[in-house]
Amino acid sequence: MTLLDTAKERWSGTISTLTIGADAAAGGTRKSVVTVGGAGGLPFAPFDGAPPHSIAVAMEVWDCPPEDWPRSLADALGDVVASPAEWAKACVEKWGADLICLRLASTHPDQGDASPQEAAATVRSVLEAVDVPLIIWGCDLPDKDNLVLSVCSQAAAGERCLLGTVTEDNYKTLVASCLADGHCLIGLSPIDINIAKQVNVLVTDMGFPLDRLVMYQTTGALGYGLEYTYSIQERGRLAALGNDRLMGVPVICMVGQEAWRAKEARATSEELPGWGDEGERGVYWEIATATALLQAGSDILVMRHPKAAQALKTTIDRLTTV
Amino acid sequence: MYVIGERINGMFKNIGNAILAKDKAPVQEMAEKQLSAGADALDINVGTRVPKSERIAAMEWLVDVVREVTKAPLSIDNPGPSTMRAGLARACVGGGTAIINSTTGRADKLDVFMKLAHEFDAGIVGLSIDENGVAPSADEKLEIGMRIIASAMENDVPIENVFLDPIILPLNVDQAAPGIVLETITQFKMLSDPAPHVVIGLSNLSQGASERPLINRTFLVMAMAAGLDTSIHDPLDDELTNAMVTAELLLNKTIYSNSYLSAYRKSKQME
Repeated sequence: MTLLDTAKERWSGTISTLTIGADAAAGGTRKSVVTVGGAGGLPFAPFDGAPPHSIAVAMEVWDCPPEDWPRSLADALGDVVASPAEWAKACVEKWGADLICLRLASTHPDQGDASPQEAAATVRSVLEAVDVPLIIWGCDLPDKDNLVLSVCSQAAAGERCLLGTVTEDNYKTLVASCLADGHCLIGLSPIDINIAKQVNVLVTDMGFPLDRLVMYQTTGALGYGLEYTYSIQERGRLAALGNDRLMGVPVICMVGQEAWRAKEARATSEELPGWGDEGERGVYWEIATATALLQAGSDILVMRHPKAAQALKTTIDRLTTV
Repeated sequence: MYVIGERINGMFKNIGNAILAKDKAPVQEMAEKQLSAGADALDINVGTRVPKSERIAAMEWLVDVVREVTKAPLSIDNPGPSTMRAGLARACVGGGTAIINSTTGRADKLDVFMKLAHEFDAGIVGLSIDENGVAPSADEKLEIGMRIIASAMENDVPIENVFLDPIILPLNVDQAAPGIVLETITQFKMLSDPAPHVVIGLSNLSQGASERPLINRTFLVMAMAAGLDTSIHDPLDDELTNAMVTAELLLNKTIYSNSYLSAYRKSKQME
C-alpha cells in the first residue's frame, strides 16, 4: 500500500446524477444538455472517488431590465438587458454560459406584477432564442410563484428545465407541475441543513424522484456569510458521501446575486476612491465568492458579470484538468 | 450502523420448516422484508434441525434461494469450514459479497477461516473465544482481538473486512457482562488504524428474559455510544430500529430532519 493509498478517503455514498435540458432524442429541442452530480468524493480530489460529471456555469437573465444593478455590471451587459431573448443569446454565444437562469422578477407585485401568461411567453421566447437548458426562477413570493410557475412549467413541457424554488411550507403545487411536465426542481432551505433534508423528504414523499432534485441552501457572498454557506454545503456533502442518500443531490449557488449586493462590489470609484477600480472590484468579488464555493461542493453556479462567468469557467477547467 | 438481519435462521420455526421442505417462498419473503426494513446484509443460518450430513447441501440451497432475490451481502453463519466454504462460494457467485460468521480466536480455526476470507474477499466476524472458551474480561477479549487482527494482516485481509465480536452473554446469566462488553467495544476501536468494525449478536443479550425488545434496544444504544458500528439483530423490530436511528442522530452520524425516521426508511428503500 502506498502513502497515497493510505491518505485516500473511502466514501460509501455518491451524489445523484442530474441532467438538465432535453435534446431531440429525449423529446425536447435543446442542442446541448447539462449533466451535473455523480461525485463519489470531495471536490477536486479525484483519487478519493468519482469526480462530478461537470460543474455548470449558468448566467442570470431577467425578464425585465434590472433597475439597481451597479454601473460596472450594467455597463458590461449593455443594451441586451432590454430583451430577455437577446440577453440570453449574448450569455450563450458571447460569454459561454452552459445554461441560462431566467429570473421572472417582473411577476413580483412590486416589479410590475406580470401575469403567468406573460411570464410563460418570456419563457418560450428564451427557449427559442437559445438552445442550452433553462433554469426558471420565480419571484420568491410563494402564492404568486404557484400561479406563475405552473403555467411556465406547461409552456416548457418536455424541455426538462430546472424550476425553483420550493420550500418546506410551499412545495405541493410546483412538485405536481414538475412531475407532470418532466422538469427538475430546486429545493430552498435558508442556511439550515435540517430543513434542506426535510424538503427533500417532503418532495420525494410526493413521488418526485430524488435524482431530479437540486438543493439551494442560499448563498452568502464573500464578507457576507460566505463561511456559513461553505460550512453548510460541506457538511451536507460529507453526509451525502457517508451515504445519507437524502442529502446526496447536487447543489446550486446564486453567486452573482449575492456578490453584487456587497458594498465592496457596488461602491463607485467616486464614493470610495481608495478601494480601486470599480470596473474590476465587483468582478473579483464575484469570482472570489464563486471559487470558494467550488471547494465546498457546488454543482451549478449562477453568475452575473460576463468576465466573472468566463473566469470561473477557466478556473474550473484548471482545477479539473490534471 | 451496519445492520445484519438475523431472521433467516433455521432456529425460527417458519424458516426451519421451509428449509426442510425446500419451500423458497417464506425464505425469500423474509429476505425482502428485512432488506426493506433497513437490513444492509442478511445472516444465513441453516439451524440444527437439518441432519449434519445434509448441512452443506442445505446451506447451498438456502444461499441460492436468497441470491435469487437480492445482491445484498450475505453473512454465512456456520462454525464448520466445509459448510462455510460452500456457502461463501454460492454467495459470491456473480460478484456477490459475503461475511464469514464466524471464527474464534483459536489458532487452528482462525488460520483456516482467515484464508477463506482472503480467498473470497469476504468480511469476517472474529469472536472473543479461544482455547479456554468465552473470554470473560476486557483484557482477555482484547488479547484475542489482537490475535485476530494479526492473523488478518498475515493473510492479507484488509482490516475494513474484520468485525470483532466481544460476545454478549444473556443478561440473566451474567449481569456484569454487558458493562465489560461496553468497555471492550471502546478498546477494540483503538486496536488499529483504520479501526476494525465491532459487531454484536444483540438478541443473545435478552435470551430467557422478559421485556426482550426493551433490553435489546436499550443496550444497542449504549453500545453505539461506545463505538459499536455493526449489529446482528431483527430489523423488523420497529422500536429497535427507531432507537438505533435516533442514536445515530445523537452521535452526529446523520443529519436531523423532522421526518428523520421516515428519511432512514426511505433511503434504505432507495438502495
